Amino acid sequence: MGMTMTQKIMAAHAGLDSVVVGQLIEAKLNFVHGNDVTTPVAIGVLEENGITEVFDKDKIGIILDHYTPCKDIKAAQLCKTARDFARKHNITHFYDVGEVGVEHAFIPEKGLIVPGDMTIGADSHTCTYGALGAFSTGVGSTDMAAGMATGLNWFKVPPAIKVTITGKFRPYVSGKDVMLHLIGEIGVDGALYKSLEFTGPGISELTMDDRFTIANMAIEAGAKNGIFPVDEKTLEYLKGRTDREPVIYEADPDAEYEREVVIDLDQLESTVAMPYLPGNRELVKNVKGIAIDQVVIGSCTNGRIGDMRAAAQILKGRKVAENVRCIVLPATQEIIRQMIEEGIYMDLLDAGCAISTPTCGPCLGGHMGCMCEGEVCVSTTNRNFVGRMGHVESKVILASPAVAAASAVAGCLADPADL
Amino acid sequence: MSKIYKYGDNVDTDVIIAARYLNDPSEGNLKAHCMEDIDPQFSSTVEAGDVIVGGANFGCGSSREHAPLAIKVSGVKCVIAASFARIFYRNAINIGFPIMECPEAAEAIQPGDVVSVDFATGKIVDETLGKTFQAAPFPAFINGIIENGGLMNSLKARGMAK
Repeated sequence: MGMTMTQKIMAAHAGLDSVVVGQLIEAKLNFVHGNDVTTPVAIGVLEENGITEVFDKDKIGIILDHYTPCKDIKAAQLCKTARDFARKHNITHFYDVGEVGVEHAFIPEKGLIVPGDMTIGADSHTCTYGALGAFSTGVGSTDMAAGMATGLNWFKVPPAIKVTITGKFRPYVSGKDVMLHLIGEIGVDGALYKSLEFTGPGISELTMDDRFTIANMAIEAGAKNGIFPVDEKTLEYLKGRTDREPVIYEADPDAEYEREVVIDLDQLESTVAMPYLPGNRELVKNVKGIAIDQVVIGSCTNGRIGDMRAAAQILKGRKVAENVRCIVLPATQEIIRQMIEEGIYMDLLDAGCAISTPTCGPCLGGHMGCMCEGEVCVSTTNRNFVGRMGHVESKVILASPAVAAASAVAGCLADPADL
Repeated sequence: MSKIYKYGDNVDTDVIIAARYLNDPSEGNLKAHCMEDIDPQFSSTVEAGDVIVGGANFGCGSSREHAPLAIKVSGVKCVIAASFARIFYRNAINIGFPIMECPEAAEAIQPGDVVSVDFATGKIVDETLGKTFQAAPFPAFINGIIENGGLMNSLKARGMAK
């Protein structure tokens, strides 16, 4: 029986010729990483168990991105714990304020993942690197500790859902709309324990930033991972970032899928997810006009240069409405540099946006934009759970950078096509 | 006598332990704020041996291991749910916290019922309703992790971590 991309990568890293759905395997990891929230807990697990050695100092990443620059004393202590550990073990890929970016934008940007890799991270959005044709999935801190100690972890081989993408985008529609549409279609547990295998002629229409956005939110459908085939755009993205050779896997023609979902980009319109689940899909045209207080443009989902360009395209020469605070969080230092070089940074400043240093910040209600009771935010982030960005009576509407920027200008939830 | 705390579908990790409390992973802090955004009374009423019953996709969202840890250090004996989000499922197994996947039990059990569970057999008995349910069994590999008291003990038992 044929295998999917995910199943082939799993088999290769488990040293097996083939695997079947449901099989439990132990696989070798190319990279293990965590952040300032999850790494200190993993360090505690290693210490409690008397483990003093890491498997490979070059294959571990410690990325201080969630509460940094530190929002309070306790956050500073978490960072110190992670920093001290990184220095003690001479961790090659330790990144601190001034160099660090939001992990799932930063790790691919640094070329730390190549196609065919098998990687885990103690952060649920680690599934982002499926955009590069790698298997990557989010785990907890004990898994991170085990991965750091042994370079191995256990996995159950997942069944797959095939997502076939066809057609071409309409103006202002992007990867975020694809994913909000898909999660709305299959539900927040529609891909539970499964892999989402993206394929079809429409893939070539997607930029790498679109693919990162889509793979990033695979977890919001409950998926173990989301994975894209490798094409010229993938290989072009890798140029200058890494010397490692990509290993390109393709699904077998007779690979098995539990179901297929077809997304025709020609039919796709600007889409949002209303509170309090990422699957609460609505077309923007049906809900526009809802009063808002804040707009957030950034995060591991939509903080890349393509997202900044999409926002700037709308905000350039316009002003953020008086009743709205628009907070932009470019995901890495390199993206800030590009924004300055392209003039985007000034366009956003002139429009009245507050532009932050890279941080996860408001996405998880950490800092840089928490909301009080009754406030509403249109956000390019990935979750709109109860209390996600602050008070339990505040609300988050998930949207693309174009919809978020248009809403900032209009002062209410807005369709960029109307501006 | 153990109490039942019953919640609906898609109980996410932000309501189990909100991100605003993740700057302090100490047991005391996790216990003080467990379930706060879905059930503000939880931390002041929960007692050792109580049981949480959830619907589908329990523990969805973040990878924060703080979520099953917060429930564990609150004294909860186990979580019974129709299904679990996969990272929560892994995390619970890895820290040796019992979870039982059983849609029928998750639907039938009501707050106030007296419930007994047997992790070895997966048997759940609602003594109030007089009904017995069978949770999905764990594969042998995962049972090995649970029997060793979590992933790290399991790895150490195999001589794999130094």
